[in-house]
Amino acid sequence: MNMLLDGFIAPLDDFLAASVRTATPLALAALGECVTERSGVINIGLEGSIICGALAATIAAGSVGVSVGFAAGLTAGLLVTVLFALFTVYLRADQIITGTAITLLSLGLTGLLYKSVYGSTGVGLTTPTTSAVEVPLLSSIPLVGRALFAQPLVTYALYLLVPAMAWWFFRTHGGLALRAVGESPDAAMAAGVQPRRVQALAVLFGGAMAGLAGATLVLAQSGTFVENMSAGKGFIAIAIVVLGRWTPFGVAGAALLFGAASALQYLFQSLGWNAVPYQLFLVLPYVLTLIVLARASGRTAAPAALARRELTLG
Amino acid sequence: MTPATRTALDVVLRLGITLALTAGFLVVLLVITGYDPGQSLRALVNGAFGSWYAITSATFVRAVPLALTGLAVALAFRAGLLNIGAEGQLLAGAAASTAAAAVLGSSLGAAALPIILLIGMLAGSAWAGIAALLRQRFGVLEVISTIMLNFVALYAVGWLVRGPLQEPSQIYPQSVALDKALQLPVLLAGSRLHVGSLIAVLLAAAAWWWLRNTASGFRLRAVGLNSSAAATSGRINVARVSVSAFLMSGALAGLAGSVEYTGVTYALYENLSPGYGYTAIAVALLARLNPLGVLGTAILFGALQAGGSAMQRDAGVPIALVNVVEAVIILLVIAGDRVRLSLARTAHTVTPESVPPST
Repeated sequence: MNMLLDGFIAPLDDFLAASVRTATPLALAALGECVTERSGVINIGLEGSIICGALAATIAAGSVGVSVGFAAGLTAGLLVTVLFALFTVYLRADQIITGTAITLLSLGLTGLLYKSVYGSTGVGLTTPTTSAVEVPLLSSIPLVGRALFAQPLVTYALYLLVPAMAWWFFRTHGGLALRAVGESPDAAMAAGVQPRRVQALAVLFGGAMAGLAGATLVLAQSGTFVENMSAGKGFIAIAIVVLGRWTPFGVAGAALLFGAASALQYLFQSLGWNAVPYQLFLVLPYVLTLIVLARASGRTAAPAALARRELTLG
Repeated sequence: MTPATRTALDVVLRLGITLALTAGFLVVLLVITGYDPGQSLRALVNGAFGSWYAITSATFVRAVPLALTGLAVALAFRAGLLNIGAEGQLLAGAAASTAAAAVLGSSLGAAALPIILLIGMLAGSAWAGIAALLRQRFGVLEVISTIMLNFVALYAVGWLVRGPLQEPSQIYPQSVALDKALQLPVLLAGSRLHVGSLIAVLLAAAAWWWLRNTASGFRLRAVGLNSSAAATSGRINVARVSVSAFLMSGALAGLAGSVEYTGVTYALYENLSPGYGYTAIAVALLARLNPLGVLGTAILFGALQAGGSAMQRDAGVPIALVNVVEAVIILLVIAGDRVRLSLARTAHTVTPESVPPST
């Protein structure tokens, strides 16, 4: 009996740790998108910020160091959204089409730059990565200890960011201004808030977070850059925001669910269940995204002015 | 000048500006990434137009799936549906046609070919139908659902070519080669140009005529331009028009997959499409969602893809450059529309045709 239990505990332990690890970049990107959407802008180009963040992090970490890698990823993600903000906030172009174009642009550009920097084979690429930092005592709690407290530092940053963001959203003037712009730009403007500036800042914040997510993918997970490695994570992050009902704690919880869905394949592999084709596990996050979006129909929690193109004034 | 000539002039002028800016960007990008622009561009042009063989067997052959998926995207966008899922619908069509060919075998001879193509269309339609249902019934943004379905389709093909549809020796992740009798006939002897090109031209003409001259075509355009006005008119069932436009769009993309399978690759494998379904967005937008225009822009992007391959082979420039150029063209078209619109507004003359039909 005990032997049988042991056979399950170790894989389960690994599964939980992998869930938190894969949830981390998703949570970063989704928290950023949460702020963006609260301002009434939906950034479908999030995927572009993630992949550009990943490549910038790879190059910077390889030539300087890991922490510079994270900073470079953040900056690259932010720069991508400068273009998006220009089109959507200032030209008031359609957010969806622009976001799609920016995703395609980023996927192409990173593929091109990656090959022109590292050659067509991409070999000889050793990117330094962050290692997990174990929190004494807490990490030895059974089951959840290693999952929650033996992670890279960027995961711990989330533990601080989520409550801080929740407080900022609902308890500060800045948060109120952000939500007001997303609900009713006209009312916000009447109250002395400048909707365009708020939206631009919210978009840039979302891009920076997505860039950080891309850096995390490389520097805390895979250890290398692969073309198209973002693999739809930007779109999954948008579903996570919906599932989290546009609140920081909700988004963090939803990201954990998606992390678990992605990590399920490792669990089944380690349990030796090979009867099911592995592709079934790979599609799980995408199918889950569809289910989540369908279940969230009605969208009462969505900012009222989301994806609206025109500000009635200005 | 008649209004028609003025519009035509305007279209040509905008196309010219867009292409000139894109060419400039291409050169700058080549210089930045450290490739010799002269050598690269020569390889690009030669690969696309350098010989009769290059034109027919590289450029035109690639233009066929681009025209069909471009039509799919154009029809959907005209109906106000942002179908980014042509890639997945194309794969669904190719996979279903492969399965159909495996089942039918050579029992029916060439008569099986229309059936195989039809099954591909139905599969593309069904794949788009999932997104249509999610949108209509649950209000799910079709951009996200179609992109998710693209990934699902890709993994599904990955499973099929290693499972039920794998070739008998089970070494390669691809299907068995298509029976000669079931292949689309070659149109020009000595080239790879197949009958699929005729299908694309006929369908583009049909779509153009249908949108322009029929009541159902008008309903589709009305829903796309202003769905609430269409609903308020009381004569248009917006939900029905949207769903059928989505299904039609999927059928065209599915056909692109079937035609690619029966006319070019003769086997199903994961990399069957180098992203035709995504390039289709640029094809449709640059054609300003006009089905006949799609034929022209499909050839342009077919040339870009063919030239891009040659550029990779002869000058070592990564093919990803082509994707960058496509995305830049999309952004230029959007920016052009918005700048034009704001110019029109400052002049206080907002005319219906200054409002982009695309968005």
